[in-house]
Formats: sequence, structure tokens, C-alpha cells
Amino acid sequence: MLLDFFITLLKVLFVLGVTVGFFAPILTWVERKQSAIMQDRIGANRADILGFRALGLFHIMADGLKMFTKEDFIPRGANPVLHTLSPIVALIPAIITFTVVPFGGVYDLFGKEVNLVIADLDVGLLFVFAIASIATYGYVIAGWSSNNNWSLLGSMRTTAQMISYEVTMGLTIIGVLMVYESMKLTEIGAAQESFFDWGIFLQPLGFIMFLTASIAENKRIPFDAPEAESELVAGYFTEYSGLKFGMFFMAEFIEMVTISAIVTILFFGAWHIPFITTASLLSLFDFLGTTGSNLVVMLIHVGVFFTKVVFFIWFQMTIRWTLPRFRYDQIMDLGWKILLPLSLANILVTGLILI
Amino acid sequence: MLSEYTGMVIMLLFALGISVGMVVATSLLGPKKKFAEKMEPFECGEVQIVSPRQRFSVKFYLVAVLFILFDIEAVFLFPWAILYKKLGLFGLAEMMAFISILGIGLFYVWKRGGLEWE
Repeated sequence: MLLDFFITLLKVLFVLGVTVGFFAPILTWVERKQSAIMQDRIGANRADILGFRALGLFHIMADGLKMFTKEDFIPRGANPVLHTLSPIVALIPAIITFTVVPFGGVYDLFGKEVNLVIADLDVGLLFVFAIASIATYGYVIAGWSSNNNWSLLGSMRTTAQMISYEVTMGLTIIGVLMVYESMKLTEIGAAQESFFDWGIFLQPLGFIMFLTASIAENKRIPFDAPEAESELVAGYFTEYSGLKFGMFFMAEFIEMVTISAIVTILFFGAWHIPFITTASLLSLFDFLGTTGSNLVVMLIHVGVFFTKVVFFIWFQMTIRWTLPRFRYDQIMDLGWKILLPLSLANILVTGLILI
Repeated sequence: MLSEYTGMVIMLLFALGISVGMVVATSLLGPKKKFAEKMEPFECGEVQIVSPRQRFSVKFYLVAVLFILFDIEAVFLFPWAILYKKLGLFGLAEMMAFISILGIGLFYVWKRGGLEWE
């Protein structure tokens, strides 16, 4: 009992360490560095400690320090309670969605089955959607409570865009559920052991639509009309400063990691390596004993999983610095007039093939 | 057997701690110099001309209503999709009837200009 609790706590700390502790800060640097490389600039490399620049990695610390020590600004006429509450409402769902995301399979360690997911819910995928949509409240409250016209416009756009793409996101996933007959993310991941069972081969259209919809849901370029700098100053977080401003960014970066993780699980074979089954990997390290071989395979699987996640983060960043921003009516048209009918057609086609 | 939700509760507590801690830290650590001009909401250097507390386009309400309609559709589709291989042709026919009714609804909204943004 106590051991179970300890294992759960360990998994929670691992996930928090990876998302909040590693990816969220490092991505602020990666984003700037990648833009610099793509635009042929040297990029963020000025922050140094005693002359050491370390490719500009100290910018993360500099940013953190700066955000902590900036004034917490609440404009006149704003609702201070809601203004403070909204970054919290936006950040918490971003962190919690990762609880149902498995980062490895089931391993036999010291005679104990260890499942590398914090909460292996039967409704895993539904939970992701449910929690992710709570974040919408954060953005609505942020825009409305600021008493600023730009913020209000930004939050109206955000809300309309997020709920539109939530519909599409839900419908694009139906095909995947039909193929794998489960909403448990661990089962979907485990079903993709053989290379040609990967979601990308069974649901190619579903993959493209899901990735598009989830980037739109996260409001990143080319779907960043809600925070368009050239039109709305900064959209819903115009009146935010200091770490409250940083929290919106953290939420965005953590959601980016979550999207990449879910795309990996649903469409890219989760923690499996192409053409190598878990059993053959286990037999390869057989000389280490049951626990030893399981431990090695676990580390390999977690490594493979996060490699795929990093690839999709890179992909999203490349899209960000490649495409220009869409106009707002184009964004809504894409959601309602193209992706929604296409996803319904995808369900029909999947149904006809499976029958 | 430890409930699956224990991990989630722990995670929620951590998330709550992190986000509340951040808000508290930033409000304690930062400087606090208030004067009237600074506290004005940002309006590109002007005094705010119109208050944001006013009515906004009816379009957004329409999107919200459409969202509820189609999200409920998606909720119906989730259990159906999982049982699909067991339901077979019967399931396909039933769900296609359901989807086509909603499809007619979408087509109607589309033709009435409910999805146009000018």
C-alpha cells in the first residue's frame, strides 16, 4: 500500500520534473534559438556567467529572475480577484492533462508490475479533452477581467477558436478509437507494438487533422489570431506582467509537450521502436535477470518516447517559424467548413473499411 | 489496491501549489509603485475611449451554441466508436443516420451564413 503510494509519488515527480521543470523552461530558449537558426541570426546568446555563455542557455535563468522580480500590475477598473485567478485556471489544466499520458509500458521490477502512467483511467482520452477545455475559462476570465479592449477582443477570439477546434479535435479522434477499441491511452499505446499497426498507417487523415486542430487549440502560429501582436497588442494577456504573464506562456509550452505526447501515443507507436518488439528487447538483455532486463527496457522505452515527443515539438516550432498567421475568418472556416466535414467523412470511411 | 485517482489528486495538489506559489511569489517580490497614469489600462498611449464592458458580436454566441450541439454529437460518438467492431453493420447504419441528421443541420447553418465571418 505504502509502496504503491511511493511509486505513484515518484511518477508524479518525474512527470512534473519533465514538463514543468525541464520542457517549459528549455522551450523558451529553444523557441528563440530555432527562430534564430531559421532566420540566419546568431540568436539568444548574450546572457553569461563569468564569461561563459553556454549557447545562451543562461537566458532561461535570466528570464526567470526577471519575471519573479517584475511588478505585479493590475490596471484600474480591472477585477483583481479574477485577474489573479485566470493564470492559475489556465496553468493547472495544462499540468494535470499529463496524468493520463503514459510514458512507457508495463514493467516487472522486483516482482512488482510498474505501469508508467500516473492514472491509468478507462476514459483517458476523454479526460484529456475534458481537462483541456477547462483552460478556456482561464482565457475568458483573463480577457474580461483586464478592463482592456484588446484583452476582451483577444479573449473572445480565443474562446470562439478554442471551442470550435475542440469539436474538430473530438471528432478526428473517433477514427482512432474505432481502430483500437479503447479510450485508455496505455491500451492504445500497447496496441501499436508492430510497426504497421501505428496510427499513422491506419488513420493518416486523422493524424493530419488532429495535429492541425491541436495546434489551433493551443493558439500557436499559424492560428495565433487571439494574441496577434500586430492587431491586438498581445490579446488576452495584454495587462499581465511578471510571472502571471509567464504562467500563460508556461501553459502554452506544457500544452505543446502534451500535444506531442498524445500525437506520439495515438499515431506514432507510443514507446515502441519500429520492428523491435518488447519481448525481443527483453530477451536481448536476458543476462541481466528479470528486473535488470526490465529496467534496461524501461529506460530504452522512456527514451524512445521522449525522442518522439521532442521530434513533434521541433515540428510544431518549425511550423511556427515557417507559416504566416491566418486571418480570423480563415481559421474559423478551416475549423467548421473543412476539418469538421472531413472528420465526419473520416469516420464513415473508417467504418466502411473496418466492417 | 490504490485507486487510480490518487495520483491525480497528488498531481492536482502539486499543480495548485506551483501555480498559486507563482502568483504569490510574483506579487510579493515585485516593486509596488502606483500612480494614477500608470494604472490606466493599455490603449496604445491614449486614454481609454470606450469601456470594454459592453456588448459584443452575436457571432460568438452562435459559435457557442454550435459548439454545444456538435460537442454533444462527439460525446455520443465516443462510446459508439469503442464498441464499433462489436456493433458491426447495425452500428454503422445507426450512427450514419444520426450523423447525417446533424450534417443536414451543419449544411443549413452553412447556407444561412452562420459560419461566415466578415
